[in-house]
Amino acid sequence: MSILDSKIPNGPIADKWTNYKNKINLVNPANKRLIDVIVVGTGLAGGSAAATLAELGYNVKAFCFQDSPRRAHSIAAQGGINAAKNYQGDGDSTHRLFYDTVKGGDYRSREANVYRLAEVSANIIDQCVAQGVPFARDYGGLLDNRSFGGVLVSRTFYAKGQTGQQLLLGAYSAMNRQIGRGKIKMYNRHEMLDVVKVGGKARGIIARNLVTGEIERHSAHAVVLATGGYGNVFFLSTNAMGSNVTAAWKAHKRGAFFANPCYTQIHPTCIPVSGDHQSKLTLMSESLRNDGRIWVPKKQEDAEAIRTGKMKPTQLAEEDRDYYLERRYPAFGNLVPRDVASRAAKERCDAGFGVNKTGEAVYLDFASAIQRYGKEQAHVKGLDENDKNLIIELGRDVVKTKYGNLFQMYEKIVDENPYETPMMIYPAVHYTMGGIWVDYNLMTTVEGLYAIGEANFSDHGANRLGASALMQGLADGYFVLPYTIGDYLSQDIRTGAIPTDSPEFEEAEKTVRDQIEFFINNNGTKTVDHFHKRLGKVMWNKVGMSRNEKGLSEAIKEIKEIREEFWKDVRVPGTADGFNSELAKAGRVADFLELGELFAKDALERSESCGGHFREESVELDGEQKGEAKRDDENFTYVAAWEYKGEPSDAVVHKEKLVYENIELKQRSYK
Amino acid sequence: MNLTLKIWRQKNAKDKGKMVEYPISGIDGDMSFLEMLDVLNEELIEKGDEPVAFDHDCREGICGMCSLYINGEAHGPDRLVTTCQLHMRKFKDGETIYIEPFRANAFPVVKDLVVDRSSFDRIQHAGGYISVNTSGNTQDANSIPIEKEKADAAFNAAACIGCGACVATCKNSSAMLFVSAKVSQYALLPQGEVEAKDRVLNMVHQMDLEGFGNCTNTGACEVECPKGISLENIARMNREYIKASMSK
Repeated sequence: MSILDSKIPNGPIADKWTNYKNKINLVNPANKRLIDVIVVGTGLAGGSAAATLAELGYNVKAFCFQDSPRRAHSIAAQGGINAAKNYQGDGDSTHRLFYDTVKGGDYRSREANVYRLAEVSANIIDQCVAQGVPFARDYGGLLDNRSFGGVLVSRTFYAKGQTGQQLLLGAYSAMNRQIGRGKIKMYNRHEMLDVVKVGGKARGIIARNLVTGEIERHSAHAVVLATGGYGNVFFLSTNAMGSNVTAAWKAHKRGAFFANPCYTQIHPTCIPVSGDHQSKLTLMSESLRNDGRIWVPKKQEDAEAIRTGKMKPTQLAEEDRDYYLERRYPAFGNLVPRDVASRAAKERCDAGFGVNKTGEAVYLDFASAIQRYGKEQAHVKGLDENDKNLIIELGRDVVKTKYGNLFQMYEKIVDENPYETPMMIYPAVHYTMGGIWVDYNLMTTVEGLYAIGEANFSDHGANRLGASALMQGLADGYFVLPYTIGDYLSQDIRTGAIPTDSPEFEEAEKTVRDQIEFFINNNGTKTVDHFHKRLGKVMWNKVGMSRNEKGLSEAIKEIKEIREEFWKDVRVPGTADGFNSELAKAGRVADFLELGELFAKDALERSESCGGHFREESVELDGEQKGEAKRDDENFTYVAAWEYKGEPSDAVVHKEKLVYENIELKQRSYK
Repeated sequence: MNLTLKIWRQKNAKDKGKMVEYPISGIDGDMSFLEMLDVLNEELIEKGDEPVAFDHDCREGICGMCSLYINGEAHGPDRLVTTCQLHMRKFKDGETIYIEPFRANAFPVVKDLVVDRSSFDRIQHAGGYISVNTSGNTQDANSIPIEKEKADAAFNAAACIGCGACVATCKNSSAMLFVSAKVSQYALLPQGEVEAKDRVLNMVHQMDLEGFGNCTNTGACEVECPKGISLENIARMNREYIKASMSK
């Protein structure tokens, strides 16, 4: 029997959440005033949770490392947010969103959590509209929708290519109202560096003021981590520069199990790496795959000619192009899920068909869409459908209204006009489905410590569908955690304020101070980024889109070596008593160097392929699905939750068996 | 390419600060401006010097954290981009580049090129929201249709990233473009109408308390705004303000 108790309520799946809410303990308004809650991170999950808990009457302390809560990286989400509103009347429902999410996650998520997510999704849209979030609307004044990969309905709400920004500013505005009322105390430019446990329960954190360098103790009756994902373990990713695993990792070290660390989403449409100076990668929204066609040359010599600049892509004849997604997956074509599209791009580039200097890029071409829209417009307007220049002009206008801001961003970065020449794209690390293990209440294995949003693991299985991250962040923060945490806090109405002068706070603060002292006095010879880049290379080459036993075993060894060298030879300039970006970075990279090894270990143990985790040893050998990822349901239908035991190599796995009562396990086919 | 950088160095808020010159070489046109500074910082650390502090996070032009006043322009010479999206191909080999923080009384320097923009947050605390609690039973999102034109205009105002380029650019260090963008977003939506009067009065009051200057309609803010926030918003805020003042 596993020591993990997921605490899934009994009863039919559609009634679980309602029944649960009817039975939990509540805290009366007068008592809420006596209870403090710490929320770390102010993205969609943290911002919405902090605002809602404060509205309910709890005293909230919120922390972010940026200079304002509005800068959290949720702001960069482009495409949209899913909700089972069925405004289009195209057959959407709570059950269908639930089904798509479980299937898209390759049957590695927890049914009850996903159903609840689908169930509250419609409330999110109502709430955001009431807050003044300016979603896109049609000419009748009603909300508009678009489609995303891996589904057959239109359920994605959007605000141009800036949906994350608008939703985050909505949550930020709700926080501002509570900050103005004094119900949220906001700590900007503060980084959480440890969780403090008193009597086995999470009762506070140690944070560093990033401006003054002061180490601060903050106590509360419960601690909520909404600290996002750990994609930056790869150094290059679409994450913000500051996104890190430190809060989650410190919680792990204090007893929170870390689930499925190897589940990473590699997004197929990002701007390719241009050189060694690269600091981060930029996403081009999945929505582009509605109209863009992905291809590489059919012949290697053409690819070579393009790479060396002897030929332009527009000169290559139609019959010499390989639209490999349409060829391999006729049913879904360019709109296969992210994991499938990414692997297919890598396969072509590894085979020598890549199209930029580095050989790691494929084309995303809008020429057909421009033709199609151009002809349609000419027809509608009664103009000459055979006038080639006119068709292109009309077609470009349509593409511009749909994707203008993305095309502009591409042009600024790459210095090529994507209306005239196809975009170059390549997969990049984007999102981490793995994270801190939580039960149905979103509580970790440490009592009173919660994890919400990307920081937890529960809803997306081994692959996340587009436009579902925003949905999950806001569902957790607005509609789930405020109920589940109340049930827990109801036992704390007589506890009183938690003192910060206990030995536990003392010990945690000392641990933090010791590490900072160490970095400042280490006087090594290499910069923090030097180690981070080396770690990233190992992760990308051996723990990236395609993994095998040999590479993973090597990665584990190499990461350990880099980590040992890091502690001996890292150089952190400046002092501890003021603003010091390098010092902050050093702490984050130290944790990435431990996580990276656990990540590789998890990938090694899971010898099946599922979702974003592709093991070369586990592929279909024949039949229609030849060469596709092969799941092993008999041996791997579980969540791998790792317990910290010192070195990452000593971590112990606990398995939560995944039970599918409402959805039948099948092979995902997009053929 | 080879460049000469003249960068503002200031230890902390109390330090007087000065321009310091750094030669830099081997810069590629495909680098972003911040990647060029990364290269400089790696060199400084290896030499045993302190790296230049600057704010940045998403590096894709949306979080609003990066700033920098480059050759006398907020976010540098390119238009409709933040510094993180400015690329070195916009500069010439041998050029001297002046890099300073966003300067305004309401944006005190924290260190080097990092400034404190919490005054922007405090203006939002004063009224940058619609007072609606999270309940799960607000009315259906489609129960109030909103004209597409108005919804789009509200979106255009809401696209502000709060970077502060408008303040840094303005000769009066006015925050009118920033404040009016928020006031406009809500003024254009039916959901925002109920509190419209209090909102504009409270936000403008806080803006004045923070020490931002007044607007004299030079329009420089609109030119330098990386998100193209329109001056029309300032006109709309002035109308809202007068309306609110007369009826209070």
